[in-house]
Amino acid sequence: MNLLLVMIGGFFGSISRYTLGEWLYMENGFPIGTLSVNLIGCLFLGWFTAFIMKRKKIRLEIPLLIGTGFTGSFTTFSTFSVETVQLIEQQMMLTAITYILISVFAGIGFAYTGYKIAGYKKKKVGGPQ
Amino acid sequence: MIALIGIGGALGAATRYWIGMAMPKHSIINGIWIANITGSFILGILADLFLSQQLAEWAWAFFGIGFCGAYTTFSTFSVEALEMIRTQQLRSAVIYILSSVIISVTFAAIGFFM
Repeated sequence: MNLLLVMIGGFFGSISRYTLGEWLYMENGFPIGTLSVNLIGCLFLGWFTAFIMKRKKIRLEIPLLIGTGFTGSFTTFSTFSVETVQLIEQQMMLTAITYILISVFAGIGFAYTGYKIAGYKKKKVGGPQ
Repeated sequence: MIALIGIGGALGAATRYWIGMAMPKHSIINGIWIANITGSFILGILADLFLSQQLAEWAWAFFGIGFCGAYTTFSTFSVEALEMIRTQQLRSAVIYILSSVIISVTFAAIGFFM
């Protein structure tokens, strides 16, 4: 059952990624499609994770379908890696580094913004949980 | 075409979930770390085959866009890195981010150029 929920989420997440990525893709050398999809996914997953943490009673099925399945499949790391390799191959070293830095820093920043939107304040300090 | 991407994505998500269950959760080398690196390597191979017209359009849609796209994930990677920063495990966060990016891109390059 859990696996089926992850798969249903993965089905729709992948199709959404392709549709949105294709629509946003521009031939100007910068992989704006993948970047946009990844950042939108980070913002959403940040919000969703904090939302789930605030509500202890929520059923496990919902994070599996929406978090692991849909959002996990909506965003992608492999395309990010291969696009970086292609930029390096085309001697666009500066663009490749910019792409990596924006993806990583904005990705974490967007996830944090998602936490803030959900109003998550509880701060856990260090140590095993 | 869209259906192939969806089915490939469903299988990719299932594989990522399965690896995540098999690997320790609160560790730098977790399921997402493994999935992102191995998926980058496989997509590197597939991208090279597709660009040199040795891989059919449907196979690229199914295995590349669908499977590898969904098997790897950027959102969980970012949220995990954020969680490490938030819980003041800065050293872990830096190692997690740097190793994910450097090893994934290197493996994608090995797959792409080999």
